[in-house]
Amino acid sequence: MDIMIGLIPGALLLGAIGLFAFLWSLRSGQYEDLKGAANRILIDDEDKP
Amino acid sequence: MAGFDVALRQEAGCPSGLAPPAPANEARADPAAFVRRDKDGHDTLELLVPGAKCAGCMRKIEGGLSALPGVSAARLNLSTARLSVAWTPGAQSADKVVEKLAELGYQASAFDPEVGKRQVDQEGRLLLRCVAVAGFAAMNIMMFSVPVWSGAGEMGPGARTLLHLFSAIVAIPCALYAGQPFFRSAWRSLKRGRTNMDVPISLAVFLTLGMSLAETLQHGEHAYFDGVVMLLFFLLVGRYLDHQLREKARAAARDVLAMQATSATRIEAGGHAVAVSARDIQIGDRLLIAAGERVPADGVVADGASEIDNSMLTGETLPVNVQAGAALHAGAVNLTRRLTMRVTARVEDSAVAQLGRLIEAGEQGRARFVRLADRAASLYAPVVHSAALLTFLGWLFGPALLRQWGLDIADVGVRAALQNAVAVLIITCPCALGLSVPAVQIVATGRLFKRGVLVKSGDALERFAQIDTIVFDKTGTLTLGKPQLISEADVPTLSAAAQLARISRHPLSRALVEAAGAGKAAEQAHEVPGEGIEGVIDGLPARLGRRTFAAPSAADAHDEHAELWFARGDNAPVRFAFADALRPDAAETIVALKQRGLAVELISGDRRSAVAEAAAAAGIDKWTATAKPAEKVQRLDALRAAGRKVLMMGDGLNDAAALAAAHASASPGTAIEASQAASDMVIQGAALAPLIEALDIAKAARARVFENIGFSVVYNFVAAPAAALGFLTPLIAALAMSGSSMTVTLNALRLNLMKEAR
Repeated sequence: MDIMIGLIPGALLLGAIGLFAFLWSLRSGQYEDLKGAANRILIDDEDKP
Repeated sequence: MAGFDVALRQEAGCPSGLAPPAPANEARADPAAFVRRDKDGHDTLELLVPGAKCAGCMRKIEGGLSALPGVSAARLNLSTARLSVAWTPGAQSADKVVEKLAELGYQASAFDPEVGKRQVDQEGRLLLRCVAVAGFAAMNIMMFSVPVWSGAGEMGPGARTLLHLFSAIVAIPCALYAGQPFFRSAWRSLKRGRTNMDVPISLAVFLTLGMSLAETLQHGEHAYFDGVVMLLFFLLVGRYLDHQLREKARAAARDVLAMQATSATRIEAGGHAVAVSARDIQIGDRLLIAAGERVPADGVVADGASEIDNSMLTGETLPVNVQAGAALHAGAVNLTRRLTMRVTARVEDSAVAQLGRLIEAGEQGRARFVRLADRAASLYAPVVHSAALLTFLGWLFGPALLRQWGLDIADVGVRAALQNAVAVLIITCPCALGLSVPAVQIVATGRLFKRGVLVKSGDALERFAQIDTIVFDKTGTLTLGKPQLISEADVPTLSAAAQLARISRHPLSRALVEAAGAGKAAEQAHEVPGEGIEGVIDGLPARLGRRTFAAPSAADAHDEHAELWFARGDNAPVRFAFADALRPDAAETIVALKQRGLAVELISGDRRSAVAEAAAAAGIDKWTATAKPAEKVQRLDALRAAGRKVLMMGDGLNDAAALAAAHASASPGTAIEASQAASDMVIQGAALAPLIEALDIAKAARARVFENIGFSVVYNFVAAPAAALGFLTPLIAALAMSGSSMTVTLNALRLNLMKEAR
């Protein structure tokens, strides 16, 4: 059962990384223009240097 | 991809054809007044580009503008159709930017960033963060809860306490963070001496956390950490959905405001035209009104002659001729020629603004409407609080009382009494209640959106479900709002007349062109304002217009219909008659509405004969003609006084006040912005049938809401006594909570299975 001491914080850490990734994406405005983001992948930027 | 690129460069407007290219605007105002200097020293301009619909548009607009010298950034937000452009001061001008957009085939209106500012939706962001935190906690805490539940009886108190402690470490900070929206709202309402649904929620969260922590420290068996975060997660999801709905409505209203703010072109002392926001218009200003533009303020024509479409103001379909000195009212549309006007009243005093005040008054009345969820909540809080208090007192003093009656029952102590009272609080927490209404409304609005109906708010659905009377406006609502050719004409004559008509913006000319189809425009032709068009077709002089202009010798036809006369060379003049046609499915829709037991009325500002004819064609028995905006409101008030719940459907400025005053309102997608802003639903497309669908869905949504609330009540009737009697364990609490939330969500989704109305 000693392994729990390592596993539990490990699992919580992974969960927390997911949570912070979401909060970061929210803060950096990635949910401001969902339609535009979906469409932007269709634009190829070959003529940009 | 070279072919794709070539296609992008060649065609004007949206390359996917999702929106027609904007017509080349003859007089474009300089939007310099809307330029703002940002903190990096760049000039920025915010534009609304309604024609931008697809990836191709994005590429074209952003690429085209970035290629302009000096432009440092051009970014289009496709969800809101807003474009923000930044450039180095001096290297570029706002005028050039808008010109470039017009060249690409997009119409752009500058936006006053102060009015149209999209206040970063702080509340929505906080709710989303809280949902994320609560979701994280609810999922990860299961890692500790499931072993405790499944190991019950076998697990020693040491291991259980360890797992409870881990739960506490996750749950307490997360619950305190994610509970903020509830704590704040509860505190605000307590300060005002009231209670709302958030008071029992906050109380349950704090008491349960405290009790569970105390239990854990005393190596107790039951800790409800998992229940608390799960409760917060479900409640926050419901709250977020509800907020999204309201925010969408608010954003739509803001965009309308921002658009209205730009609609004036002022001629400065130097003679050049500058765009100004409507609230900056002063008495005495000279404004330029290009053909197709709306008049922004009351005034008189200073120069030029044209025809004015007052249909948004009065409901009258036929245009009126104006010359220098004629009065102009805000909201009218200039049709044929450019006009210069002198402003005689401030915008706040104009007819439109007065209508605006009527709208406001109506909306305040509507704000008194109490939503179902709020009504349920006002009953809910006192009941739950007394139940929990009774449980506590019952367990504390009950055994002593029962002993007096001769029963042999031992005291359970304060700790057990408190535990059971908290169990009541947590099990009755309105998870299902909090989710039941927003979930139904999101599903219903999503489904209506697919049918082209934009629902502006959640409570609009509730009000739609109560409707028993429908009042229609005529022009533009029951009818298409533009004249249609109704007389027979042979094809060569029609196509010859259409050649002249193609050079004019007059509604009758447009109708003639529509009937004739595609073709060429006459080359040598000019428009005589108020009279008609004169030109040469196949070498013969030809005229199209009023009888007195085109065919003075012809006899007056003596009927009510609008007419155009066409004469070419020595041929006998031909008369084209026009009428405003009903929407194709208007009569069917009225029948379907009557089948649903609704009373239908028609109320219009148009002439008696026109209204009577439309009412007969649509199958409406009760109609009123020549009604002024205030009279429309009076009629609605009278109906309300008679106990009716009225749905108003209209499109013009003259309907806006009535739309706001009605119990519920709808407008077609072609309606003027003010009317769209004042109504609860906007119905896109030429068909009226989506209105029936909207009413059916609203009714079904109300049924689902009642089912869900009923379910929550039954659930509480079973669960609360069980908790009060001490049968509740954390496992049961978790199952009951997620089970009831799932049930109401699935019940809401049932709306998607409903058949479409025919």
